[in-house]
Amino acid sequence: MSEQATAVAETGTELDDAGLRRALTVRQRPPRPSAVSASLTFGWRALIKIKHVPEQLFDVTAFPVMMTLIFTYLLGGALAGSPAEYLTFVLPGILVQSVVMISMYTGLNLKTDIDKGIFDRIRTLPIWRPAALVGGLLADGVRYTLASVVTLTVGVILGFRPGGGFVGLVAGVALLLLFAFSLSWVWTYIALIVRSQQSVMAVSMAILFPLTFVSNIFVNPATMPGWLQAIVEVNPITLLVTGVRGLMHGEVTAAQLGWVFLSCAVLVAVFGPLTMRRYRVKN
Amino acid sequence: MSTSLAIEAQGLVKVFGSTRAVDGVNLAVESGSVYGFLGPNGAGKTTTIRVLATLLQPDGGRASVFGHDVVTEADAVRSRIALTGQFASIDEDLTGVENLIMLGRLLGFSRAQARNRAGDLLGAFGLAAAAGKQVKAYSGGMRRRIDIAASIVVAPDLMFLDEPTTGLDPRSRNQVWDIIRALVAEGTSVLLTTQYLDEADQLAGRIAVIDKGRVIAEGTPGELKASVGSGALHVRLVDAGRRQDAVELLSRLLDEPVQAAADGLSLTARVQEPDRVAAALAQLGEVGIGVREFSLGQPSLDEVFLALTGHPADEDEFDGSTGADRTANERDAA
Repeated sequence: MSEQATAVAETGTELDDAGLRRALTVRQRPPRPSAVSASLTFGWRALIKIKHVPEQLFDVTAFPVMMTLIFTYLLGGALAGSPAEYLTFVLPGILVQSVVMISMYTGLNLKTDIDKGIFDRIRTLPIWRPAALVGGLLADGVRYTLASVVTLTVGVILGFRPGGGFVGLVAGVALLLLFAFSLSWVWTYIALIVRSQQSVMAVSMAILFPLTFVSNIFVNPATMPGWLQAIVEVNPITLLVTGVRGLMHGEVTAAQLGWVFLSCAVLVAVFGPLTMRRYRVKN
Repeated sequence: MSTSLAIEAQGLVKVFGSTRAVDGVNLAVESGSVYGFLGPNGAGKTTTIRVLATLLQPDGGRASVFGHDVVTEADAVRSRIALTGQFASIDEDLTGVENLIMLGRLLGFSRAQARNRAGDLLGAFGLAAAAGKQVKAYSGGMRRRIDIAASIVVAPDLMFLDEPTTGLDPRSRNQVWDIIRALVAEGTSVLLTTQYLDEADQLAGRIAVIDKGRVIAEGTPGELKASVGSGALHVRLVDAGRRQDAVELLSRLLDEPVQAAADGLSLTARVQEPDRVAAALAQLGEVGIGVREFSLGQPSLDEVFLALTGHPADEDEFDGSTGADRTANERDAA
C-alpha cells in the first residue's frame, strides 16, 4: 500500500447547512440498476483502484517475466536440451501458472473489503447480490490479459514461435481467462470463510502450489512414476495447460477443450453457490 | 399506530458460539425521531443493528423495518435504510467523489446524475476541497462525514448510525450532531448507538439502555436520568487533613454516601437534589474547609449502569468480579 497520500488540510470544511438540507430532500430512489450495470460499476471501481494503486500491477507484469526467464534459462538446458526448445514447451504452462497465481488476489481483495467495512455497505444496497463479485472478476480479466500479453511478448522476444499463430495465442489466452474466472469462485469462497487476510494467502498458496507443480506445466508427465502420472492427469491445471498448449501450437482436440470446459463448469457450479450462500449470511 | 413504527423487534436473539450477543431484545421505534442505543462495548448494540440492517440473520425472535420483515423481505428493508458503521465503510483507495459516484450508480442514478449528486453532497458536507483526494488522506472527522454522505446519496427513511462520534474531536462531533439533527428535520428516522449519555441526551427522543444483549431500561432521557439521580458532585480540597470533616458534613447535608478518592484530597457524592449542592458548598466555606475546585457533572454512563444494573459499565462484561475488585482496590488505596 502506498504511504504517499499526505494528509489533506482541514480547510473549507464547514458544513453548508442550506446545502445539507437541500441534499436531504433527494429521497426518491431511481429504479434499481440492472445486474449488468451494477456489475460494471464494481468493475469500474476495481479499475480505478489500479489507477490509484498502480503497485498492484507489479504482480501481473514482473512476476510472469521473472518466471519465463528463470524457467527457460535455469531448467531449459537440463530438461529439454536447450532453452529454445524448452521455451516452446514451457511458455503456455508459465502463462497458465502466472494467471492462476494472480487469480488468488480476487479472494484477497474481497477479504480486504470485508475487513474494511465497505462490504457491509454494499450488502445493505438493494442490488443484484453477485454484482460485487462479478464486477471484481471483470476487472481481474484486465489484469489477466495484461499478464498474458507481457508473458507472450517476452516469450516471442526469446524465440517462442507457436504453430497456431496469432489466432492460436488469442484463443489460448481466452481459454485461460475462462478458467481463471471459474477458479476465482474458489478464492472468493475461501475469503468468506477464513479469519484474516494472511489466512486467505496461506490457504490459497497451499492449494495452488501442489496444483501448479503436480501438473504438466514444467515437465512431460511421461517421465514421472505411474501413481504420480495418475494424479497429474486428473489435475484440472493439467487439463487446462494441455488445452492452452494445444490451441497455441495449433494441434488441440475437441476432447481436450471439452475437459477444460467441464472443469470450469464444475468449479462454478460448486463454488459459485457456496460463495453466494456465505455472502448472504456472512456474520 | 403500528404503521408509524420505523423498527419493531420482538425477542430478537443472536448467538455467536456460546455468547448470546443479543438475548431477547424488544424494540418499538417511532418513525421521525432519533432513538438512542446506550451501552458499553460488547453490550450487543452493533449486533442488534446488524440484524436490523439485514446483515445478520437472527437466531430467534423477529424484527421488521417499516413493516417489512428483515429476513423474508430483506430487499424491501434495504431500499429504505442506510448504515454507517463504526469504521468508515468506504473505499479508502478511491477519492471522495469516486466513492459517492460509485454508490450513486449502484442506487440506479445515471452517470451524470451520480456525478451531480456527488458534487452536491461533498459541498454540503464541507468536503469540496478534498473531493479529488483519496479517502485514506482524510482526517477522522472528514472520514466520518464522507461516510455519512455515502449513506444519504439517496436520503434513507431509516438511518443506522453506529457510534458516529467515537474518537472524534469536539468540533467534528458537533458537526455530526448537526447532520443528525438535519436528517431528522428532513424526515429520516435515526437509530443511534453511543457510549455517551451526554450524546444520547442531546439527540435522542427515547433511549434504550443495553447490557449483555438485553434492554435493561427504556424511556426518554429525562426519565432515565431521573432514575439515576441528576449526577455527581466532585470536590477537591485544599487540605487533606480536613477531608474527614468534609466527608461527614457533605454526607449529612446531601443525604448521600460520600466517597473519598485515592489522592487524599478529592471527594465524590451522588446528588439527587441539585438545590442542596450550593448550600453544602457554602457550609464547607463557613466551617473553614478550603475547596480548591468543584464540579457538578451529569451522570456518566458508568453511573447510569451502576444505578440500573448494580455493576459498572465494564468492557470486560463477562467477568462479574471486575467491578467488585475495583471497588475493593479503591478502598484499600484510600
